[in-house]
Amino acid sequence: MNELRELYQEVILDHNKKPRHFYSMTDPDRKAEGYNPLCGDHIYVYLKFKDHRISEVSFEGVGCAISKASASMMTSALEGKTTEEAENIFHKFHQMITGKPGETPDPTLGKLAVFSGVCEFPSRVKCASLAWHTMRSALAGSESAVSTEREGAS
Amino acid sequence: MNTQHSLHSKPHFDVERVRSDFPILYQQVRGKSLVYLDNAATSQKPYSVIERVDRYYREENANIHRGVHMLSERATDAYEAARAKIQEFFNISKSSEVIFVRGTTEAINLVASSFGRSNLKAGDEILITEMEHHSNIVPWQLLCEQSGAVLKVLPITDQGELCMDQLPTLLGDRTRLVSVVHISNALGTVNPIKEIIRQAHRVGAKVLIDGAQAAPHQRVDIQDLDCDFYALSGHKLFGPTGIGVLFGKESILETMPPYQGGGDMIRQVTFSKSTYNDLPYKFEAGTPHIAGAIGLGAAIDYLNSIDWEAVACHEQDLLTYAEQALGSLPGLRLIGQASHKASVVSFVMDGIHPHDIGTILDEAGIAIRTGHHCAMPLMQRMKVPATARASMAFYNRREEIDVLAASLEKVREVFS
Repeated sequence: MNELRELYQEVILDHNKKPRHFYSMTDPDRKAEGYNPLCGDHIYVYLKFKDHRISEVSFEGVGCAISKASASMMTSALEGKTTEEAENIFHKFHQMITGKPGETPDPTLGKLAVFSGVCEFPSRVKCASLAWHTMRSALAGSESAVSTEREGAS
Repeated sequence: MNTQHSLHSKPHFDVERVRSDFPILYQQVRGKSLVYLDNAATSQKPYSVIERVDRYYREENANIHRGVHMLSERATDAYEAARAKIQEFFNISKSSEVIFVRGTTEAINLVASSFGRSNLKAGDEILITEMEHHSNIVPWQLLCEQSGAVLKVLPITDQGELCMDQLPTLLGDRTRLVSVVHISNALGTVNPIKEIIRQAHRVGAKVLIDGAQAAPHQRVDIQDLDCDFYALSGHKLFGPTGIGVLFGKESILETMPPYQGGGDMIRQVTFSKSTYNDLPYKFEAGTPHIAGAIGLGAAIDYLNSIDWEAVACHEQDLLTYAEQALGSLPGLRLIGQASHKASVVSFVMDGIHPHDIGTILDEAGIAIRTGHHCAMPLMQRMKVPATARASMAFYNRREEIDVLAASLEKVREVFS
């Protein structure tokens, strides 16, 4: 069960059980929808900006432990970041979950490195990346719902 | 297999012997013995099927129905012999009523396209049920869009049974076709199709039965059912992927236009007009999946060697055992508890998404299916986004259910 322990780590289980910033924002500057119909994972990501930085970020919805924990930890990581910094974290995170097993995650990812085990489970990449692609779509001001079901080997 | 059993004892089923016919079952997955419980998605193949397909490509491979050479004759004979085996196994009156297709999905699309186009007008009705697979919903929606016909839906109960009391009111003189699943892939419900066929015929409607999940669990007697169409997939019936069967009554097939145009389905072609071949070739345009059909014939041979009464007892025992073992786990809820079920157990666990269940079970070497099972309207009806589904075949054992139950305990611990 070693690989599995890497996937379902305490931190991930904790964020699944008690997701942070888990609410619907009443007056967001940006909002986007993420939906993976094959899984049933369905989330909304909300962003508010102040002085070109993300001043408030939240999400709501339903999904598996991986998608929920990923969304929860993403919101914590994005607070206070500029759009460019958020994009930068997105790319590093995405590189980590789609990379080769055993690669050392970028040290600037901090706590998000707990998701490094996801790359061992190609069918679960889409779960971990849903909130992130949704956040990116919110940054871009896109209207249509995001899906990540083409990611990994689903 | 032992077919000698008294009236009072259950027929003996030697599961270990049957398992030894399926080479894939003897392997380690993630360091654990494979527990394959995803048979409703696809079944495993016995040696005899694998070897038959292998032999076809080694010794008989040629195109059929056209060559004058020896190999072509051998391939044609084997292909047509497979058709005859299917005809006999399902008690179909004529081999010309057995059409080879890619699978159940193509069979339904063939009927929707060919029968539908020539028989349905605006305002006509097609009746399906709330527990259908997407492949028995979407082809009819496409047909309704093109023809102006109306799609009606027979609802189901919380237990996952058809609301048969509502059938008479949903059937009317505008009903042209009733298309219903024999056994539900997501719930395991065995539907009273004979009664549905009888009532549908009384209003003059034709009936298509989606038999993808039924044929692997029970003998199907098509003449006895008196359905107009019956669709099934070879790969769920211990045969190869990419091959399936559409049964259609000759009198109806004769009136239907071809589904696809091409080689083999014609008698004569000129630029002004083409005439079509006889049944079943009218519906088999192009080079078919010859190896697949021959492999399916080998699967039928294998199924003919099995004591189906013993299989039924064994599978019902597995079902009862699994429902008890899983049903007693705290926080686990069985989805679909019809009184007449095939060996399929669909379930959800409190606060745990089915995909997380699936990943943790996979780590224990257990293969189950998680998701909406291509039946999104059914999931909405049962008020769940998805379920986890363990589906058993006759080669599964009680011990495997024990492994499943123990691993589900572990799932609960991880998420406690």
